[in-house]
Amino acid sequence: MFIIKYIKEVFSGLKSLAVGLRRTLYYFTHHKEIITEQYPDNRETLKLSDRFKGEVVMLHDENNEHACTGCTACELACPNATIKIITQFDITPEGKKKKALDKFVYHLELCTMCNLCIVACPTDAIKMAQTFEHSVYDRSELTKILNKPGSHIRAGVE
Amino acid sequence: MLSFSDISKFIDSWLRDIFNPTWTMVIEMMIAGVCVIGLFAVLGLVLVLMERKVAAWIQIRLGPNRVGPKGMLQSLADTVKLLVKEGMTPDGADKFLFNFAPFIAMMVAMLLMAPIAFAKDFQLWDMNIGVLYFSAISSIMVISILMAGWASNNKYSLMGAMRSGAQIVSYELSAGLSILAIVVLSGSLNLNDIILSQADGWWIFKGHIPVIISFIIFIIAVTAETNRAPFDLAEAESELTAGFHTEYSGMKFALFFLAEYINVFIVCAIGATLFLGGWMPFHIGHWDAFNHVMDYIPSSVWFFGKTFFLIFLIMWFRWTFPRLRIDQLLNLEWRFLLPISMFNILLVTLMAILGWHF
Repeated sequence: MFIIKYIKEVFSGLKSLAVGLRRTLYYFTHHKEIITEQYPDNRETLKLSDRFKGEVVMLHDENNEHACTGCTACELACPNATIKIITQFDITPEGKKKKALDKFVYHLELCTMCNLCIVACPTDAIKMAQTFEHSVYDRSELTKILNKPGSHIRAGVE
Repeated sequence: MLSFSDISKFIDSWLRDIFNPTWTMVIEMMIAGVCVIGLFAVLGLVLVLMERKVAAWIQIRLGPNRVGPKGMLQSLADTVKLLVKEGMTPDGADKFLFNFAPFIAMMVAMLLMAPIAFAKDFQLWDMNIGVLYFSAISSIMVISILMAGWASNNKYSLMGAMRSGAQIVSYELSAGLSILAIVVLSGSLNLNDIILSQADGWWIFKGHIPVIISFIIFIIAVTAETNRAPFDLAEAESELTAGFHTEYSGMKFALFFLAEYINVFIVCAIGATLFLGGWMPFHIGHWDAFNHVMDYIPSSVWFFGKTFFLIFLIMWFRWTFPRLRIDQLLNLEWRFLLPISMFNILLVTLMAILGWHF
């Protein structure tokens, strides 16, 4: 019977509209759920979500040592040539030559925050920081060298 | 207690003491005109701010909160910005019609103010065909939209205007039929008589399910008639940039914008008058004590409270439902609303004849 189908159509339509209206009324009356951040005002107390990725940083401990072996796994993993690893050869106490990191060059202006370099790193030397105020007056300032001057690879990291 | 009708009577008698009747008439008309323009300005500011706040809260945002305390002066600042902007007329446009269209929109909105009873005994024009006047004048609105769309000499504007024409003409039918349900029940086209017939209960309570159905149809139809989402096909930002007012800028655009909000207010005022009793306080049958308490609330508060409740309802719809396609829009009217309201009007007539309402 088409008339029954018609009435059913009307009622199911009204019901689905009511479901939508209930949802928006809930949001309208629950101001605590507002997720907007009043950014420049709450700069000190700003809490970002865990998954937010701002830029790549290299972790240094208190002895100015990092865990980067200069293996270039991150450089190979990067889809748009953001990372450039410059290596040098250190002389170990045994008198052997050993490949080590000289400069970790990071182009923030090219980075898409895809996280692939972090995943590729075998020694967890780099991670994503939550900083986001990256504006600078000259684009050359966006090319960063991540290893601090005078830093060495931590002993025991291969 | 000081009411609007006391103030108007006082001004009237004061003017009559000073001037002769003709000049009293002229001055009163001027006062009424200034009041209407003032109400327009205030309504425009308040409704724009209200819309933005309601939209923000529904979308879990904060809304305007920088200009003035809690963002109260945001719409005022926007108005000042629109006032100082240049009102461009495109080269290929029909200059006269292009500049004339916004004023028609405003004129229609102003004319529609006439029959509305804002408070007890406070009305611009107490005419005996108020409902008919409302339905007749509100359909002139489409002329200003078509005029704006045609004169802009822009395909998007013309498409928006044509859609708006199809939409307003078809939704006028079900809006008219749902208004007719109340006319049948109260037996009068006079808005004041309709309000007085609701002294022992509003029609939405007295009229059972048929009146509730016609109320729902009325709300849907007037949302479509005022070109608001989910029926804002005339504007359709995502498809037609801004529809009929694509080419308008500055104050000419602001007039269209203002007319839209004034129309929302007016249709909600008419809806409140017909279904929710206008300025009539909430009365329950013969509970005299309760009714007396309700009478202490001024009638203007009742009227504006009900009207703003309906305005909130329409804003709530706007920020909940997605926009319909043009074929879905016409389907909704011709396949659903019109047959239902036709059947409904028969039901209401039967109810009125047999006296089944309270």
